[in-house]
Amino acid sequence: MEPGEIHALLGENGAGKSTLMNVLYGLYQPDEGEILVDGQPLKLKGPSDAIAAGIGMVHQHFMLVPVFTVAENIMLGAEQVKGGIAGFLDRRRARREVAEVSERYNLRVDPDAVIEDLPVGIQQRVEIVKALTRDVDLLILDEPTAVLTPQETEELLTVMRSLKAAGKSIVFITHKLGEVKAIADRITVIRRGKTVGTASPDASRDELAALMVGRNVRLTVDKKPAAPGKPILEVAGLVVDDDRQIRAVDGIDLTVRAGEVLGVAGVQGNGQTELIEAIMGLRPALAGTVTLDGQAVHGWSTKKVLRAGVGYVPEDRSVDGLVKEFSVAENLVLDIYDRPPFGSGLSLKPDAIAKSAKERIEQFDVRTSSADAPVSTLSGGNQQKVIVARELSRPLKLFIAAQPTRGVDVGSIEFIHSRVIRERDIGTAVMVVSSELDEVIGLADRIAVMYRGRIIGIVGPDTPREEIGLLMAGITPEQTGGAAPGPDAGPTGTTTGTTSDPGSAAAPEGPGSEDEA
Amino acid sequence: MSTMAVPDVAVATVDEGFWTRNRKVGAILLALGVLSAVLFGALATDQQARFTLSETEGGAALEINGTIGAVGFGIITAAAGAALLAGVPKRWFTPLLGVGVVGFVLSFLCWQVSAAPAGQNFMPLVNVVRGTFILALPLIFGALAGVLCERSGVVNVAIEGQLLMGAFSGALFGSISGNVWVGLVAAALGGALISLLLAVFAIRYLVDQVVMGIVLNLLAVGVTGFLYERLMQTNAERYNSAPRFGTWEIPLLKDIPLLGPALFRGNIFLYLGLLLVLVIHIALFRTRWGLRTRSVGEHPTAADTLGVKVLGLRYRNVLLAGVVAGIGGASYTLALYSFTKNMIGGKGFIALAALIFGRWSPTGALLAALFFGFADQLGTYLGAINSIIPSQFLAMLPYLATILAVAGLVGRVRAPAADGKPYIKG
Repeated sequence: MEPGEIHALLGENGAGKSTLMNVLYGLYQPDEGEILVDGQPLKLKGPSDAIAAGIGMVHQHFMLVPVFTVAENIMLGAEQVKGGIAGFLDRRRARREVAEVSERYNLRVDPDAVIEDLPVGIQQRVEIVKALTRDVDLLILDEPTAVLTPQETEELLTVMRSLKAAGKSIVFITHKLGEVKAIADRITVIRRGKTVGTASPDASRDELAALMVGRNVRLTVDKKPAAPGKPILEVAGLVVDDDRQIRAVDGIDLTVRAGEVLGVAGVQGNGQTELIEAIMGLRPALAGTVTLDGQAVHGWSTKKVLRAGVGYVPEDRSVDGLVKEFSVAENLVLDIYDRPPFGSGLSLKPDAIAKSAKERIEQFDVRTSSADAPVSTLSGGNQQKVIVARELSRPLKLFIAAQPTRGVDVGSIEFIHSRVIRERDIGTAVMVVSSELDEVIGLADRIAVMYRGRIIGIVGPDTPREEIGLLMAGITPEQTGGAAPGPDAGPTGTTTGTTSDPGSAAAPEGPGSEDEA
Repeated sequence: MSTMAVPDVAVATVDEGFWTRNRKVGAILLALGVLSAVLFGALATDQQARFTLSETEGGAALEINGTIGAVGFGIITAAAGAALLAGVPKRWFTPLLGVGVVGFVLSFLCWQVSAAPAGQNFMPLVNVVRGTFILALPLIFGALAGVLCERSGVVNVAIEGQLLMGAFSGALFGSISGNVWVGLVAAALGGALISLLLAVFAIRYLVDQVVMGIVLNLLAVGVTGFLYERLMQTNAERYNSAPRFGTWEIPLLKDIPLLGPALFRGNIFLYLGLLLVLVIHIALFRTRWGLRTRSVGEHPTAADTLGVKVLGLRYRNVLLAGVVAGIGGASYTLALYSFTKNMIGGKGFIALAALIFGRWSPTGALLAALFFGFADQLGTYLGAINSIIPSQFLAMLPYLATILAVAGLVGRVRAPAADGKPYIKG
């Protein structure tokens, strides 16, 4: 690392990027090897040593205490105190420090805001300010864009550039090629815990991708045009609350036809999870109807919905998708264990289960030591294949896949995507929910964008990413009396009172960050 | 840039409907008020209900006609409920709830006092206030022990055991040495011993903290019970006759009516308990230790990444909690009674309830403890005047109040986010 450099660390999920950085931040201890800072070997016993050495880190999952204020979070661990041994907190000084740093780097934060009330983009800003108040020279950003809208990502890149201009070095961990090319000075590619090469940002996307996964992969999904048939899933006026009794789905209408893939895009936490859970009967719908092939299914138990011909890949496989202590074979029949040929009356038929497991493992290329191995011993990609195999082994009318490739290696992603398309081609209605925009664009025949519990727009897969990005941030191209048909053709700077909510008309300047009331 | 607009979907309103929490509580208060005005009013007699400032019937007193009082205070409760039901601003919630509850209690007392047998139509307020503090004292120590533990993320169900062990070692070592101060230190160490076991098993060996707490309570009952029978009963003179702390009267302040006798003619434990509430409250919210403690109880991983030693801090806080609870146990044996088997008798669990009812804050715990202490004292009083309300009903009050609190009727009760979750590095 050199001063004032942005060094991208590129690698697949599970390649060892985060582990490496956690070692660098002193959270994990290295088994072998050493770290050199300014030519001196450095022994890090814990994060405080790393901070003292001028290393700061913004973690993938923010390290902020939700019920604390911004100032409290920033001073934690490096508190300015007065009053000797009693150690009273000097809040005024902390506030002043926050204000200073935010001014110097143009990172506006309110020191007295409580973290849990802030949108994700701002929370990340707090994390960066937190590192900067500790006078770091090297800032590690671990997958900083995973939870951001494209616009927030743009803002973050701007911040990174200004930090670089101020002489800070940045390690930027990601698996998104576009961002790397946009900002990095140098790229190191990591695969399976080893450095496999360095590249300059001029390298093409395909070159980088090939380095990352070790062979040439297709970045797009091969598929024929869809041949949509009759509507299979029809959702009308659906209203659902989340666990905290806050409205998560606020009146959604959508239709999925046989033989098409409807992609649902959106930043996480805009009601996607609740929408699917309501369709699956896992969460009560407060209003609205869900119709499956002409039959009303809302209010049904999940079991009944599944039996009606719905396949479901839940978004969190380890919690909702698998029983981790159970074997692969057992996990493969979780949905139909009580039906012939796998069970009759009160008993299971182990032979039938084992035979079917063997077939599935082969068909779906599940890499496991045996069908009896606990499913928790498998890699993420293979666990996901077990779920997909289970769900696709029944005759389906509708297949719902939520985050089907989260935390899955590229090889498995390819395989799962091809299976999804194959399911579409045999005439199943498919709904794919993903926070990875590339995945949605690659798979979907139509894309529904969710924002704050509503579908803010339905667009084709050839829509520019930027436009979908704006939709994800809740911004629709405004049609002012037919004068501005496209997003780039409108007159500049005239926010006329055509919005139904005048209070938020001034908000678009900071999309997705300032409009949180 | 083209013209953009945020459509109205941006405002995700959370519509609670008509029955907000305020209105629900208002409706309950209104019903209680009407009930007390009608029922207590009808049952109360025309006798004067006297609330005397001294301990006897004579002297200065507040007097009110029983029926009028019962009906009047009932109406006050009903009015507070009606105001809440009508939808007053949120910040009025707590004061109105307070007025409503106090009104209900006073209405009830007017009935009870006026309907008491002749010659007993008075309630000595000094005794009531004093008794409230005395009965609340172990609860205060216990709840503070809970605050210290749980704010750092370790569930403390072992309060009962810590109190009991404190009471026992205070009595034992106080008796052997013949010195109250030795007894006090021994009591603190006794509580800390139970805490040490809790800390080691919960933090080091990741045993379920609730299970561990229950086991420790049983252990404390068993060990102290065994030693009591084998040691103290055989030679009470030597092992169970600890010296006691005397009453320390504070000049001038002790002469304040009502509060003077209750607050300023107490023993060291009363002063220490109230002081600890203040100290822990300030420390928790205004010092570095407090900030770190709370961060470890809410989000230990975040604290760790900032160089806070999570496990060390938890050990320290759990041990401190044991010291506090141990002293609380000694408030029995070094001031009031000699040790008897299982003498804490569930107070540790009521302290746990006070902790939750007081929303994990030291001052909240103090108020909750006083409320429970008052219920306890009232039970004793009702027994004395042969009331038709069984005192057991009042003994249920702490648990009932805790259930209502946890159900979210009295504001949002939220435990520290990492409470009960062991921290495993990496």
